Amino acid sequence: MIEQPSSSTDTNSKLRVVFVGHVDHGKSTLIGRILQDTGSLPEGKVEMVKKACAAEGMEFEFAFLLDALLEEQKQNVTIDTTQIPFRTVRRRYAIIDAPGHKEFLKNMITGASNADGAILVIAASEGVREQSRRHAYLLGLLGIKQVIVVVNKMDLVDFSETRFHEIESEYRMFLVDLGLEGRCFIPASAKSGDNVAHRGKKLNWYQGPTVLEALDALETHRADVDFPLRFCVQDVYRFDDRRIIAGRIETGKLRVGDQLVFSPANKSSVVATIERWNAPANGPAVAGDSIGVTLSEQIFVERGYVASHESETPIETNRFHADLFWIVREPLLLGHPYDLRLATQDVKCEIVSIEEVMDSSTLETNSDKRERLERNEVGKLTVQTRGPLVIDNHDRIPNLGRFVLVDGGQICGGGIIFGGVYTDRQVTKSKNIFWSEGKITALARAARSGHRGAVIWFTGLSGAGKSTIAQALERELFHRAMHTYVLDGDNIRHGLNSNLGFSPEDRVASK
Amino acid sequence: MTLTRTHLDQLENQSIFIFREAYHAFKNIAMPWSMGKDSNVLIWLARKSFFGKVPFPVLHIDTTYEFPEMLEFREWAAKHYKLNLIVKINTEARNRGVGYETHDPVTVTHELKTVALQQALTEYRWDALITGIRRDEDPTRAKERYFSPRNAQFEWDYKDQPPEFWGQFATTAAKGEHVRVQPLLDWTEVDVWRYIQRENIPIPKMYFARSGKRFRSLGCSPITHPIASTASTIDEIIAELEATRTSERAGRAQDYHERNAMQKLRAKGFL
Repeated sequence: MIEQPSSSTDTNSKLRVVFVGHVDHGKSTLIGRILQDTGSLPEGKVEMVKKACAAEGMEFEFAFLLDALLEEQKQNVTIDTTQIPFRTVRRRYAIIDAPGHKEFLKNMITGASNADGAILVIAASEGVREQSRRHAYLLGLLGIKQVIVVVNKMDLVDFSETRFHEIESEYRMFLVDLGLEGRCFIPASAKSGDNVAHRGKKLNWYQGPTVLEALDALETHRADVDFPLRFCVQDVYRFDDRRIIAGRIETGKLRVGDQLVFSPANKSSVVATIERWNAPANGPAVAGDSIGVTLSEQIFVERGYVASHESETPIETNRFHADLFWIVREPLLLGHPYDLRLATQDVKCEIVSIEEVMDSSTLETNSDKRERLERNEVGKLTVQTRGPLVIDNHDRIPNLGRFVLVDGGQICGGGIIFGGVYTDRQVTKSKNIFWSEGKITALARAARSGHRGAVIWFTGLSGAGKSTIAQALERELFHRAMHTYVLDGDNIRHGLNSNLGFSPEDRVASK
Repeated sequence: MTLTRTHLDQLENQSIFIFREAYHAFKNIAMPWSMGKDSNVLIWLARKSFFGKVPFPVLHIDTTYEFPEMLEFREWAAKHYKLNLIVKINTEARNRGVGYETHDPVTVTHELKTVALQQALTEYRWDALITGIRRDEDPTRAKERYFSPRNAQFEWDYKDQPPEFWGQFATTAAKGEHVRVQPLLDWTEVDVWRYIQRENIPIPKMYFARSGKRFRSLGCSPITHPIASTASTIDEIIAELEATRTSERAGRAQDYHERNAMQKLRAKGFL
């Protein structure tokens, strides 16, 4: 039994570790063993599961602890992602258990997406299998770089050193191809407990760390605070006389007095106060903080806006490249309208082209012309959004470089953005563009034309006859030798407003 | 305020983020409130999220078997926090004679809590309920999502849950459906106590030991039993919890009435 840490450890953050691997390679057993050997199981739980096992006429296994729902025990597969806490002397952990079954990819992504590191389990008896590779590929895509490989079920191969090294060399090469780093390869038997919390007597040819030692050597990934500031607006509240812009700092730091640029409007203002309830006022905010700010100069801000510092602005675009994985049965179709959600932004989009499709198990790519992406496939593709989108490249700021596609209210896939080009907005906006004063005055124009200038605005419901009246009026003015031109809303949509459609939101924007 | 964040800070920030996402995504929200410790942390986090205000109604499902001290606390808190409090009783079942005196606890809990909640949902047409459940409470809750849809029959389809990643949630409910929003999902029992201590959150006194007994979890008075304890301060409660390995809901009879009782209750819509 591992000594329990003192309560002061609880103020530190916990490390989240996702457990992945091929079905039946022993993930759940390994988790059960870790919980048992760290004394993390509440008394009631083991008893409850033992009783349930007896009632079903089954032998008790650690895996059942996690598969607490009766139906799961019957099917003998882990159904969904669970989060289970445990502690070592060094720190606290949350285990994220991901299912091995192929059709449950979305649960694995749910579990793995916020992990700090991963344990990938391979059964020594079966070796590297399809999901051993697919899961590693997805870990890479989700940005999880620290991977511990546990070669489990060593008891089934007589604790053979040769077998272990075979698997290690095959899989290490595969990880290198993915740009992942296998922190260490550990021969173990979760069933008997060898090399999990304690050294395995039959594995004394192995000198490396046990599973718990390897976990304790992982680093908490918290570089977010060192990235450029991205404050994503969730809402603007007016519960009292304050107008509070509420949101979360995704990356970077924010202080009172900072000059912020809000994208996509590109308006700037200064932070007057940082608002928190029942907490010290105006303390600096860092990545992860859910805060509110008030601005010294009121500018239009709404949900979806992203605030940054002037020197490190994000990209504003309506077209970009992404690697996208698809997790639902209905395939992704070119030209189909999807909702794209990125941080708090939500815009309509469509896929313009699929450049390449990758099989996430074999890593083989296929560049034939494709018009759809099937479930479990990963594609390199080009996305076009209806309105401007604020993004970062995933390798620069992950939080603003990833998005989901939603169809009919359902999250269908996730993508990471690459290849976007950053422009210096300070220079283009404030230094290179000047208002050019014309030399001909309005008075001179009126004298030459014989009439002064005017704009006549026709408003009314769609189909009320605005265009008809405008054209009749134009003809009348033209006959009187006056200079005239009709700016019809529909015509403007051919050029300036070509990205607007006729949905209610688009109609508002087109005014 | 420094630039480092504790475990509690991180939990608080994540919960606030979820509250605000829910408040934006749904038109018609309510927050069930049992006056228990988790419930009161939930109210506190709502005030954190909305700068002192709780901008949606708070619902108490009154089983009519409430501890008098809990009802006193309800009246005090409703006034003190300026809550829009809705109290719902399944009077139809009570009139039929459903009660602990004559029925088994699973039936009574289902009728007076779950059915009462269904009645309130039909009446007020909420599209989202903010609940205080935590993953560590019970194995069936370990599999929950932050945003967890419930169908028109109130069922939880735990085998086919929506994916949830990168801060994106299932934020749409079809007609007749609602979404359970669960901001405390990642909190543990000890986290809740440490937060109550740090923020000085008022809670009912029944959690603290009196003459050698205290309540660890609070439900209906006939089926909720105190545990042997001398913990009369939050520090003592935390010390007690760190030493114990008994589960939190051990004093709640309806969980143990039959095998898989909790799973059956939850699949039918129990929180």
